[in-house]
Amino acid sequence: MAGNVDALYIFLIIVSGLMTLLIFTAVVYFAARYRHRRGVLAEQIEGSTPLELTWSIIPLGVFMVIFIWGAVVYFKERTPPRDSTEIYVVAKQWMWKLEHAEGQREINELHVPVDRDVKMIMTSQDVIHSFYIPAFRIKQDVVPGRYTVAWFRATKPGTYHLFCAEYCGTQHSGMIGSIVVMPPAQYEAWMSGGSTGPLSASGEKVFAELGCATCHRSDAQGRGPNLQGLFGTPVKLEDGRTVVADENYVRESILDPGAKIVAGFKPVMPTFQGLVSEEQLNALVAYVKSLSKSAPAGASSAAATPPSTNAVTQGSQVQ
Amino acid sequence: MSMATPTIQPVERENYLNKHYGVGSWLLTTDHKRIALLYLISITFFFFIGGFFALLIRLELLTPASDLVQADTYNKLFTMHGMVMIFFFLVPSIPAVLGNFLVPMMIGAKDLAFPRINLLSWYLYIIGGVMMLHCMLTGGVDTGWTFYAPFSTAFTNTKIIEAGLAIFVAGFSSILTGLNFVVTIHRMRAPGMTWSRLPLFIWAHYATSIIQILGTPVIAITIVLVAAERALHLGIFDPKLGGDPLLFQHLFWFYSHPAVYIMILPSMGIISEIIACYSRKRIFGYSFVAFSSIAIAVFGFLVWAHHMFVAGISVYAALLFSLLSYAVAVPSAVKVFNWTATLYKGSIHYDAPMLYAFGFLGLFTIGGLTGLFLAALGIDVHVTDTYFVVAHFHYIMVGGAVMGYLGGMHFWWPKISGRMYPEGWAKLAALIVFIGFNLTFFPQFLLGYMGMPRRYADYSHMPEFQILNVFSTAGATILGVGYLLPMIYFLWSMRYGKPAPDNPWNAAGLEWKTPSPPTTFNFEQEPIVTWEAYNYDELDAPHKQEVPVV
Repeated sequence: MAGNVDALYIFLIIVSGLMTLLIFTAVVYFAARYRHRRGVLAEQIEGSTPLELTWSIIPLGVFMVIFIWGAVVYFKERTPPRDSTEIYVVAKQWMWKLEHAEGQREINELHVPVDRDVKMIMTSQDVIHSFYIPAFRIKQDVVPGRYTVAWFRATKPGTYHLFCAEYCGTQHSGMIGSIVVMPPAQYEAWMSGGSTGPLSASGEKVFAELGCATCHRSDAQGRGPNLQGLFGTPVKLEDGRTVVADENYVRESILDPGAKIVAGFKPVMPTFQGLVSEEQLNALVAYVKSLSKSAPAGASSAAATPPSTNAVTQGSQVQ
Repeated sequence: MSMATPTIQPVERENYLNKHYGVGSWLLTTDHKRIALLYLISITFFFFIGGFFALLIRLELLTPASDLVQADTYNKLFTMHGMVMIFFFLVPSIPAVLGNFLVPMMIGAKDLAFPRINLLSWYLYIIGGVMMLHCMLTGGVDTGWTFYAPFSTAFTNTKIIEAGLAIFVAGFSSILTGLNFVVTIHRMRAPGMTWSRLPLFIWAHYATSIIQILGTPVIAITIVLVAAERALHLGIFDPKLGGDPLLFQHLFWFYSHPAVYIMILPSMGIISEIIACYSRKRIFGYSFVAFSSIAIAVFGFLVWAHHMFVAGISVYAALLFSLLSYAVAVPSAVKVFNWTATLYKGSIHYDAPMLYAFGFLGLFTIGGLTGLFLAALGIDVHVTDTYFVVAHFHYIMVGGAVMGYLGGMHFWWPKISGRMYPEGWAKLAALIVFIGFNLTFFPQFLLGYMGMPRRYADYSHMPEFQILNVFSTAGATILGVGYLLPMIYFLWSMRYGKPAPDNPWNAAGLEWKTPSPPTTFNFEQEPIVTWEAYNYDELDAPHKQEVPVV
């Protein structure tokens, strides 16, 4: 990832370097060559449409190359590969809380294996923060009330800076941490300690505690939709729209159940806004996800979703 | 330049400065030139306040630890620096001072279309400014000048509403100035002063005025919404109340991106005037330069979300806004090429204003080209919200806009004050500003690519950032001297400067056909324009030393 960004960066440095050189040379040369001499008058030149078109169209062409290149890099940055290792991130003034799908919890420090795709599913408990790892060239704002996603693949073991890049109050510059990239064996060893069980298991517990199962029954007879195999599949809504059941959809359905009613169901679910913490929400999302992974039908339909699913996901956030 | 006709006037010819005396004659004036001077004094005051904050910021960043000031104080310093510099210096700077002074004279009018509204706009600015000062003296604000919600609406306990209202009021001053210019340029041009004969300074101000009129109400609405959410807990931006924090960013940047063009377009207008005069040539590609100002104003409204590529907008929206951002880069590039081409086969003089114009070309080129980096989506993700962005917009808004402003102040100072400034000192100041500026802000591009986030009071865990910060602080000190110098010698020249001839640079343009300083109504009789803009061939033609008298 860093390589892609740096390649474009170097290209841009060359382009703008040449451009600067061209303009500076012209200015300096003209200024020296045509400095005022007694008795020599300036030659009046009206302008030249062909020249104007040339220096509009050539830069525009160069700009389009930069645009497309930048867009390709961005598209990759914004599309996490499937089967990434998932990390749930909750940002708050002024710390990072990170939770592995396997249940390990960390604060201001994240241990990840080398050469593996790592996807962060992030939300904020208070104001907007921004998850920034300069060495990996990735940054994503972490916004309260929704999930945003970022991913990376570290290629060298080591410790890297994690910064909050969106100003968030007094200790903004203290909201920093580190990403520890470990060789696989070391990572396995690290993972074997300190877990309280996988995140989806704590999600299952929350699911039971809140009595979700009374309506969301696994036999499709409940008052709410069956959640088996739901995650990652398209859902038909009462108003005719179809949305993909992603992290934001699950989150919204818990906090604002009336926003998207599944076709064939009544808006009877109460809101859980204020009743569940961000961590519990993450656990619930992980649990709903796990229902898809275990059911073969769900997994296959998730695989059928085009790779740009996440782009669509982000698009739906704006509404 | 020594081509001026040495017509030193008899002492104390009646002019706009000495026609009336007393505080009342200034505070109740409707003369656009006096109002311009009122603005000059007030924005200079705010410039040095904002500069003082900048100095403290740079001193704090000299060492990694937050030792000079606490984090809270630091956060307030960069917030107040941004608010003061943007809303109380840069936005009004060129339009309200030089625009006010020159727009009527350049088109051959006695005054602006609405002289009383012009005075009202200065009072609104002052009311806003006093509110801002009061806000700063009683605690200040710590949100950054960007006011991002929900931090501004629900989490900070500083004086958001008061600062917001100060900007709200000052915003009306900006709208009224823009309105006045648009009407004046449409309705009050002298006979023969057709649109294609307008100086490019006027075109630039026309484009600026459109943005002021259309854009400023949006920031006013945004401020009201922030205040309403803070005071009444309406759920507009705060997701806890059902609002959308990204909505705030869309509204905010819908004004604040075009606002960048409010700051830079007038400066571009000045550069066109200066380059034409000191090259003794008509601007190359006049109509392309004129229409590129309008193109910038129009496209400028369509690129706001390029400030939000990592904020959580959709990938497709990001693609569109990136594409449009490149579209707005073209007219800016066209301007630079045309200015450069104007030098070709010119007869170039190196007077102080021209040195500022050269400085502008250098700094604006670097600022513009680094904009290409930020508009490239893949790179923006890495460098947005870092010092790369800080360096980029300072190159445009300080390197570009302030360099142009200072160039214009020197160019028209003889007209404004009736006195010549000391040429040697002025050249020295231009050089100091250029060197100090680059030393301050170029290292910040490197810091940004290394990953230093902006708005960090403390970087003790990242000592690798210190060396470049030391360079930057050293540069800021030099830059401070460069900015103080003109203020000192301008003041000095008011008393000790040589009396200025009416047209010391033998420049084209109706403003130079007025006495220095001008009389209250500028022209003895309404001028009739029979020549094209920048008729330097006629001015320099040996047999026609005297230009047709108006």
